[in-house]
Amino acid sequence: MSDPVQTTEPRVVLSARGLGKDFSGFTAVNNVNLDVHHARIHALIGPNGAGKTTVFNLLTKFLPPTRGRITLLGTDITKMSPDVVARMGLVRSFQISAVFPHLTVLENVRVALQRPAELHIQFWRPMKSLEVLNGRAEVLLNDLGLMEYRDTRAADLSYGRKRVLEIATTLALDPEVLLLDEPMAGMGHEDVHMVSDIIREVAQHRAVLMVEHNLSVVADICHHVTVLQRGEILAEGDYETVASDPRVRTAYMGSDA
Amino acid sequence: MADQSRTADMTPTAAADAPAPRRGVTMLLVVIGLVLLIAAPFYLYPVFVMTLLCFGLFAAAFNLLLGYTGLLSFGHATFFGGSAYFTAHAAKEWGWPPEFALILGVLGAIGLGLVMGAIAIRRQGIYFAMITLALSQMFFFACLQMPFTHGEDGIQSVPRGVLFGLIDLDQPLNMYFFVAAMFVFGLAAIWRIVNSPFGMILKAIRENEQRAVSLGYSVAQYKLAAFVMSAAFAGLAGGLKALVMEFATLTDVTWQMSGEVILMTLLGGIGTMAGPVVGAGVIIALQNRLATSDFPVTIITGLVFMVCVMLFRRGIIGELMESRLGRMLGLR
Repeated sequence: MSDPVQTTEPRVVLSARGLGKDFSGFTAVNNVNLDVHHARIHALIGPNGAGKTTVFNLLTKFLPPTRGRITLLGTDITKMSPDVVARMGLVRSFQISAVFPHLTVLENVRVALQRPAELHIQFWRPMKSLEVLNGRAEVLLNDLGLMEYRDTRAADLSYGRKRVLEIATTLALDPEVLLLDEPMAGMGHEDVHMVSDIIREVAQHRAVLMVEHNLSVVADICHHVTVLQRGEILAEGDYETVASDPRVRTAYMGSDA
Repeated sequence: MADQSRTADMTPTAAADAPAPRRGVTMLLVVIGLVLLIAAPFYLYPVFVMTLLCFGLFAAAFNLLLGYTGLLSFGHATFFGGSAYFTAHAAKEWGWPPEFALILGVLGAIGLGLVMGAIAIRRQGIYFAMITLALSQMFFFACLQMPFTHGEDGIQSVPRGVLFGLIDLDQPLNMYFFVAAMFVFGLAAIWRIVNSPFGMILKAIRENEQRAVSLGYSVAQYKLAAFVMSAAFAGLAGGLKALVMEFATLTDVTWQMSGEVILMTLLGGIGTMAGPVVGAGVIIALQNRLATSDFPVTIITGLVFMVCVMLFRRGIIGELMESRLGRMLGLR
């Protein structure tokens, strides 16, 4: 039991079995089995329309699955609502940057901190009572290089910074499992590097599942890759295995490759 | 790293500088408002000002939902008129003192708000508005049929009573200052709700509902809470109006009343504290002025609404805050 090999073997925190979703007759996702491990970065890749975002919506319960079971930290979450799943420690980001545009950068992060701090239903207390959360929010802003935009409205940030802010807000919840939907999309070069480093850093203490089109990022930071095509799993394994799979090459390059 | 520490040093001073003039100007405006409120009955007809205050509070309650939560209810007359009926009935038929009659009215509005809110928040946008409209029409027909409302006649000659067994509300000035105090209390409470930890979550839900869900917030519960709070303050306004006018009638539960409060809020400025009150003032003053003429009031209010939507969408107060003067005063 105390064998070090056993303890370093990462445990499964999120798993899906036979996951499927039909949209009025059209099968968007079919028979997807997925195991996401603690302290591992897992990439979900595939051509456009492969069903990656649908899988995300199913796992986070934003969509109810037609078939299959989902387990989070040993609990069956197949029939739970998205906010309950989020409170259990499965937090996602969105493909289109999801910030609160008219709140400041600090307030954006603080909104995430309010729930765990039990400061979200007090309608009789002044706004000042939220200032106790500023310290923690500022640590996150500092870590992600957003400190100088602390009092800027989120709407006024550049696209790349909005995405970074979204990650900061997500991290504020200290989630057990982090689902990132195309975190690098639309980012400049330096930002991609910074966000890669952040993801690698945070994945030391939690599981990360990310949809990503930037394959060099996937090759660089992901431990495990799952390739989706037409809603089904085409290939699985580490990046080298998957990249050398002829079926994957066909899916990405067309039938001639 | 050096860069970060420099900005970190700068932020506190920047943050301390910004709100200072703003807070001063806001305090000054609040004081001016209070002075006007105290002086008004000596220069204007008190019942007119009291009506204005009741509708101002009603619109502010509505704005708590539309402006700060992003929910457009088309059934707020239910809470306003419903509470008016409950208050009037308790004061007249049961002989309750005004404070208890009002509390009953507010509790009734809360009950109605719970039912309507629990059904309506399951849908969004136009469907939410349609459900609230349908439910408020059901309430209207219930009021038409139920014996205690006296149908088309309404509840007439409601006694204002003696407040706390001490203050005779039949004295116009006593009544005025009671209404003014409730108005100030209502607005202060709404301001507190909006500027509270709870209000911050409401704002987040309005800005991006999906994101709020993904952060673990049970959005439906916050919406329902905001809906019920809005209903409660609308009920306070309706109960007060019944005591001011000394009657409660079907007019206050019609869909036109639900529409009127939307108009007041949009005209004054959605999502601002003073806007709904100003909007209510303009509409009530217009109605008052045109009440004796042959010209139909609805045509004028309709025109006012069109001009508002086409020329100043932020409303009177909203545009003022965005204007150069507003920016200069730091109101934005």
